[in-house]
Amino acid sequence: MQQHSRDFLQAASTAIGDPESAGTRKALGLLMPKLREQAIETFGGSDDFSALRAEVKAIRQHALGHLAHYLESFTSAARENGSAVHFARNGNELNDIVLDICARHEAHRIAKGKSMITEETGLNAALEAAGFAVRETDLGEYIIQEANETPSHIVGPALHKSQADIRELFLDRHDLGERDLADATEMVAEARQVLREEFLAADVGIIGSNALIAENGYSMLVTNEGNGDLCANLPPVLIVCTSVDRVLPRATDAMAMLRLLVRSTTGQAVSCYTSFYAGPRRPGDVDGPVETHFVLLDNHRSEILASDYAEMLQCIRCGACLNHCPVYMNAGGHAYGWVYPGPMGSVLTPLLTSLEDSAHLPDACTACGRCEEVCPASIPLPDLLRDLRRDKFEQRVTARRWRWGMQIHAWLALHPRLYQRVTNLAVAVMHRVGRRHGVIRRLPFAGGWLEARDLPTPAAKTFQAMHQESLGK
Amino acid sequence: MAPTPRKTLDTPQDKQEPTPSTPRHVALYVTCLADLMRPSVAQASLELLQLAGCEVTVPAQQTCCGQPAYNNGDFSGAARIAQQLIESFEDYDYVVLPSGSCAGMLIEHYPKLLEGQWLERAHRFAGRVYELTTFLLDVCDYHPEKQRSAAPVAYHDSCAGLRELGIRQQPRSLLARAGIPVEELAQADVCCGFGGTFCAKMPALSGAMADQKLQDAGDTGAGTLIGGDLGCLLALEGRASRRNMPMQFQHIAEVLRGAASTPPNAKSDAS
Repeated sequence: MQQHSRDFLQAASTAIGDPESAGTRKALGLLMPKLREQAIETFGGSDDFSALRAEVKAIRQHALGHLAHYLESFTSAARENGSAVHFARNGNELNDIVLDICARHEAHRIAKGKSMITEETGLNAALEAAGFAVRETDLGEYIIQEANETPSHIVGPALHKSQADIRELFLDRHDLGERDLADATEMVAEARQVLREEFLAADVGIIGSNALIAENGYSMLVTNEGNGDLCANLPPVLIVCTSVDRVLPRATDAMAMLRLLVRSTTGQAVSCYTSFYAGPRRPGDVDGPVETHFVLLDNHRSEILASDYAEMLQCIRCGACLNHCPVYMNAGGHAYGWVYPGPMGSVLTPLLTSLEDSAHLPDACTACGRCEEVCPASIPLPDLLRDLRRDKFEQRVTARRWRWGMQIHAWLALHPRLYQRVTNLAVAVMHRVGRRHGVIRRLPFAGGWLEARDLPTPAAKTFQAMHQESLGK
Repeated sequence: MAPTPRKTLDTPQDKQEPTPSTPRHVALYVTCLADLMRPSVAQASLELLQLAGCEVTVPAQQTCCGQPAYNNGDFSGAARIAQQLIESFEDYDYVVLPSGSCAGMLIEHYPKLLEGQWLERAHRFAGRVYELTTFLLDVCDYHPEKQRSAAPVAYHDSCAGLRELGIRQQPRSLLARAGIPVEELAQADVCCGFGGTFCAKMPALSGAMADQKLQDAGDTGAGTLIGGDLGCLLALEGRASRRNMPMQFQHIAEVLRGAASTPPNAKSDAS
């Protein structure tokens, strides 16, 4: 996908200024934390959740610590089941592998379930350029495909669209004559009718994966719409596109992760559909694909695993950090400018693309810690974002005025006597500037602060100066 | 939901406790923001600690705790500041700060910046460091002077204090002891948008977040917003001023010291 993260500040400002989308996001920011909290309390309680969290963290760290071993186990088990397993070093390789399979089967139409990995590789554009007709079948993905937009949330890709937007879109895009489409139920019914044809006509189905299970070569998929199952079972060829870090040792590990994932994602105890894909149809099976492929993407993940950022690979893509991030709720997902928004996106995007192109993202954080508090995978997101700022500083990606400003400030802080003389002077000046109005509206070096707010005027002297006077020094 | 801090502050029992007969010797680290922007917070903290029976020193070597450097990625600059601060403060029984965010820096983050012997010193040092309300309540069991017919206040939980140090009940208990009713914000666990240099780097986002916090505080009906971190309070006060909102902002030290009815010193100087 084309990256626009350099425009983060401008895009965030635009989103803040749009009252309709800001209202939608505000409602989401209130609703999602409540759903999650209720789900945790209702299904097991927070102690149970904490215990699960510790268990899943240990599972993920173990799996990632022995990634090559479990990938080999998965590969041999999946091949025994009759599936083909392919590895792609980067996005282009994944796209080429998928294109090759589709071409070999002389496919025309492709039905896709939701897959952030194929958003990452830009698979749809590659398939369309090669002449294939691609249809997204997850309702959110379908809506943004029809609207020619990109996902704004990793779980709810069309959360930025209002009901009115969707109604207008469907009336425009579906040639179904006069109709009301008065409410969401009618719109969903219409999408279902349109998409049913697509499932039946598709030559190839492409889906993502929530977990690959090393011990049996299965892939787990969690959905609420069942579209993934139709993509997987109706077309003769199934391609599962996912990344190498999804592998877990055992089916019981996937179960533990599942319990955390669904509660954290939508506040349900369990999603409507949880499916395990075991490979192609066996003799006697009544349905299922004739051919099954797994395409496993690396795209810098091996490098991340060997770096200080390995913990980021524990992510299970639940979206809880987005739902609890006040920056995400105000900026909106599109402002982040690539596939993954919010706190997890602000860590992943620089690691999967480049620090230069994503330089604003590590700064898009107040270190409030709410994301880390809710992260089911126990990822220290604020620490990782701060580490990325260290990389920015050391690699001189940070703007020069900030680097120099910080270095001067640190140098002063290391010279207390000089620091106190300088701060006394600064305070005296600020006091004079602001004393008439009680606040300061213009001041050199304070442009960022003063853009959104006034600066309360300080007293005439610093505390330390007054205190030393009172001690008679 | 109760916050789940990564590591809660050690309970007082875990920290070394001088014999009850001798006064506790406390080093007050006033924080750079109180020093520069609102000395009344530092003065009130000093007096509260004395009223709580402590012998208080304000070490003259203090500057900034290094958060700006740390949060902007200058880890080596921040580490040098950490070493200087530890050296100046480690000989006192206790180090107390009127800020959850600076206390969190000393307790949680200094150990991340240092290695070897310095890391050991940072760990030992962290065991002596307390945020003001935690110290007054949990260590001193301080009962502030009861204030008659005090107006209700809204309370803003700063994120670092709340999540890094688990400070939630302490300020509320102290306010209750002082007879000051607290109105709770509906979204008390959501950031106010200050975030240190975040507010200068991303003013539009920071302003929007501040607006949501101000709206929430205003909806409580209380005319004053109290907090334990001057950074959040100054940022909110500045935003409220820009938008001509009439709310008052005070640090909890000022309020417990009985300054609830006086406006911030700068404005009183100007009048």
